[in-house]
Amino acid sequence: MEQDINITITDRDGVTHKVQAPTDMAMNLMEVVRSYELAPEGTIGVCGGMAMCASCQCYVISDTELPEIQDDEEAMLSEAFYVKDNSRLGCQIQMTPEMEGLEVELAPES
Amino acid sequence: MITTDIIIIGAGPTGLFTVFEAGLLKLKCHLIDALPQPGGQCSELYPKKPIYDIPAYPEILAGDLTEKLLEQGKQFEPGFTLGERAETIEKQEDGSFIVTTNKGTQHKAPVVAIASGLGSFEPRKPLIHNITDFEDKGVEYMIKEPEMYRNKKVVIAGGGDSALDWSIFLADVASSVTLVHRRNEFRGHLDSVEKVQALKNEGKINLITPAEITAIQGNGKVEAVEVTKKDEEPFYLETDHFIPLFGLSPKLGPIANWGLEIEKNAIKVNNALDYQTNIPGIFAIGDGNIYPGKLKLILCGFHEATLMCQAAYQIINPGKRYVLKYTTVSGVDGFDGTRKEAPKAVVKAIE
Repeated sequence: MEQDINITITDRDGVTHKVQAPTDMAMNLMEVVRSYELAPEGTIGVCGGMAMCASCQCYVISDTELPEIQDDEEAMLSEAFYVKDNSRLGCQIQMTPEMEGLEVELAPES
Repeated sequence: MITTDIIIIGAGPTGLFTVFEAGLLKLKCHLIDALPQPGGQCSELYPKKPIYDIPAYPEILAGDLTEKLLEQGKQFEPGFTLGERAETIEKQEDGSFIVTTNKGTQHKAPVVAIASGLGSFEPRKPLIHNITDFEDKGVEYMIKEPEMYRNKKVVIAGGGDSALDWSIFLADVASSVTLVHRRNEFRGHLDSVEKVQALKNEGKINLITPAEITAIQGNGKVEAVEVTKKDEEPFYLETDHFIPLFGLSPKLGPIANWGLEIEKNAIKVNNALDYQTNIPGIFAIGDGNIYPGKLKLILCGFHEATLMCQAAYQIINPGKRYVLKYTTVSGVDGFDGTRKEAPKAVVKAIE
């Protein structure tokens, strides 16, 4: 089994959680948040992870090198609210060993 | 007043399949959905995307699944109240329920099945502080009557299909159409994007990108919107209507106030038996319910709908005998007089 990675997630109430995420289950950041129930069901991952709802928007705080933004994520972010320069969609960030140390903050619900 | 056996709230896959299972038990259904078309998420969010875990379909597009489900339930003549959101529920003395929509349409039935998924789809509202003051006074989040824009000045915001399609449509209706989007790129069908490009070149659509509407001005109704382009001074643009089209997001909505036990934004049900809620006669099936081990899968919704219908039969026909029958054996008798059945075995002597 591959090694879990360490991720730091600040929830919408401002509480910071240090969690471990598996890298061998094809999970993305949105799913990690759901698996630890860091945001209420129904308020995150609404579209299931198709970059179609922006409910998993987060702000990336660490300087982790992230996968490049694809067209659909870019398009969704351009229609989302509370978007900042460091906004990403959690569903588009796969849990790979390169994500070790990733720190994010969940964007407000909208 | 619409009367039926089962009021189904939500016309997604689970709600649509309920029509079929109820029909086999000779129970009639009426579906209510806030969206203007059946299919729920499957038709609203991802009609062109494939689903791979519908039993016996190695791959099916979400839109096609909706079509197939409608076709499967057609002979049971379901009623539809579309584009209206179930707002209130009242229990009657005879044990039945009256469900009333936001438009005042009333439905009466002894059984209610909530198959509302993640909730009813509500438009996402841009973060403009006074936008709610102008709702229905020039701000519309959905276009219901295109005629109201005839010879009016219209500003549309958004970058998806609905923003593109309505800009194209209104270019021939409104006196002016301005489309404002945060980027230069649009996400939509290629032909829609090209059409907007052509209309822009003809001067029929005024395109402002990358830009955002940042404020609304007016006295009792919309008179102008503030347009902010990146790194530029904001300016005001006169308009009669501002139509923000930023997609829809599901909200549990009024159902939250129906006295149902809610956990994690979902309705608690008895999964040991029949998916009934804490209110007898009201069931919750599909993505909108919760019980230990719940999985939000279409195929689980189908299973829940089937069991729920058996319980509904008992409520509607107390004490009446029934045993499960196989469609292959019994065929399917539609309420429209049609009958589907397996061909009879061929009996022929061998000489």
